[in-house]
Amino acid sequence: MSDRHIIEVEHLVKNYRDLVAVNDASFSVERGEVFGLLGPNGAGKTTVISILCTLSKPTSGRALVNGFDITRQQAQVRQSIGLVFQDPSLDDRLSAMENLEFHGRVYNVPAPLRKERIEQVLTMVELWERRHNIVKTFSGGMKRRLELARGLLHRPRVLFLDEPTLGLDPQTRHRLWDFILGLRQTEGTTVFLTTHYMDEAEYANRIAVMDYGKLIALDSPQGLKAMVGGDMISLSTADNTRAQAELKERYRISAADDGEQITFEIAGGERFIPVLVKELKTEILSVSLRRPTLDDVFLKLTGHRLRDEAVKNGLKEMARRHGRYMRRR
Amino acid sequence: MSNLRGIYTIWYRDLLRFWRDRMRMVTSLAFPLLFLIVFGSGLSGSMGMLAPGIDFPKFMFPGIIGMTVLMTSFMSGVSVVWDREFGFLREVLVAPISRVAVAAGKTLGGATIALIQGIIILLFAPLFGVSFPPEILPRLIPVMFLVACALSAMGIFLASRIKSMEAHQAVMQLLIFPMIFLSGIFFPINNLPLWMSVLVKINPATYGIDPIRHLVLGAEPSASLGISVFGHIMSVGEDLMIVAAFGAVMVILAMWSFSTQE
Repeated sequence: MSDRHIIEVEHLVKNYRDLVAVNDASFSVERGEVFGLLGPNGAGKTTVISILCTLSKPTSGRALVNGFDITRQQAQVRQSIGLVFQDPSLDDRLSAMENLEFHGRVYNVPAPLRKERIEQVLTMVELWERRHNIVKTFSGGMKRRLELARGLLHRPRVLFLDEPTLGLDPQTRHRLWDFILGLRQTEGTTVFLTTHYMDEAEYANRIAVMDYGKLIALDSPQGLKAMVGGDMISLSTADNTRAQAELKERYRISAADDGEQITFEIAGGERFIPVLVKELKTEILSVSLRRPTLDDVFLKLTGHRLRDEAVKNGLKEMARRHGRYMRRR
Repeated sequence: MSNLRGIYTIWYRDLLRFWRDRMRMVTSLAFPLLFLIVFGSGLSGSMGMLAPGIDFPKFMFPGIIGMTVLMTSFMSGVSVVWDREFGFLREVLVAPISRVAVAAGKTLGGATIALIQGIIILLFAPLFGVSFPPEILPRLIPVMFLVACALSAMGIFLASRIKSMEAHQAVMQLLIFPMIFLSGIFFPINNLPLWMSVLVKINPATYGIDPIRHLVLGAEPSASLGISVFGHIMSVGEDLMIVAAFGAVMVILAMWSFSTQE
């Protein structure tokens, strides 16, 4: 293992009965960076993270986390990582303190250090006052903060975050990221993140984009946006399909249709708009121009919009919570 | 040794949760107590002596203790399904604790809880006119614990293989009720039709109930109140060897199952 890379993935493949979830993925994550893994739902991100966290075994290929092999040195990998996933894994019937005590013990944090660290992380996420309250009484945001505190208790080298702020209000999201980035400063923790929030993805030093189990891009956010190129022009017209064809035929522009608008990139967008308005036969209802965002990169690479995936995920999360709520009754 | 600490941590959590859920503790005692009252007092008039010197309440009482231990330990598997359902299992699976230690901790936790429930029922003995000399306790309690461990391991093994709560419920009911009804709790197992006799004798629970009954009643297994296998009457020691063997197999299966958990 090289000193710079805290995670190394080589030709990772995961097959289920009739589905290739991860199709020959290879990449490395540098020590101390925030690494983002983006992709539409079903692209294989959760599978990759599960494999790296030793929750699941790869069909073939190998990966090293903190220098340890994920199939042959599972205990050492587990000691090195912390997890905060979107579905909670706290014990609702125990108090915050008891949850952290449990975690500290199974992660081999020695007793005196444990007390000190528990106080430290609970204070950091502002839950020290509530340490003896039963987790069942906590709000969603509080539970997530507690999970973050727990994930950091044993000072992991890598923190895996799978949609960490899904379903949280903006204030809590902001606080959570303050803690995470603060810890990165002081401890050099590497952060491995999957998200559908564009602003969250911007925290990443580098982003890997997956689709259909394959890694299709890997670069910094700026690098990815540069891939998109010039300005983004979005049109909504009376007949988007016709307009799309027209753009192709007349200007050799390939525009993406996301259902409501057609979007394409072009250098010097501001000067192109008057030309378009004058010359396009299909009636234009509205036009807008902006610099490329990660959402545009995503659209260009995968044909989906990040925010639509965020909405879908949000609905999935709501349905899951509702299902659980119904079952408890 | 980090493994021992791990086993203790898992065990402790299960006990803590049990203690917190006082309601469940009380309601799970209601079932066996109901049996004792209804069958013991209700049927004692109609039933005669089931064996020399042993009337129906006397016969039933140790059986009910055994039933409590059997049911509670078997149901400890529910905690695994619950944890999976509500996500806590992931915390356990991703921690550096060995999976074997997890299986051991859960087995011991379930067995301890079953033992506590069994002892509580035991303390109700005077209420039902059943008395037993306190000297039997040092022998009875380890026997109860051994039976509880074996059944708890079985419950945990099954729970770790069955992924849905609904399927788990179904399997539990299909398995636990025949095991309980065909184990000598409710009726003596001699003079049964052949098919029933066979089922009773291949049921591991039978070999758990027999020692408990004989210890509480202070009697040696005899032709009228013991398990007869191919003409040989099983002694308490032999019963326990079978329970231990069954338990060992279950524990190994449970440990294997947790190690290959995804």
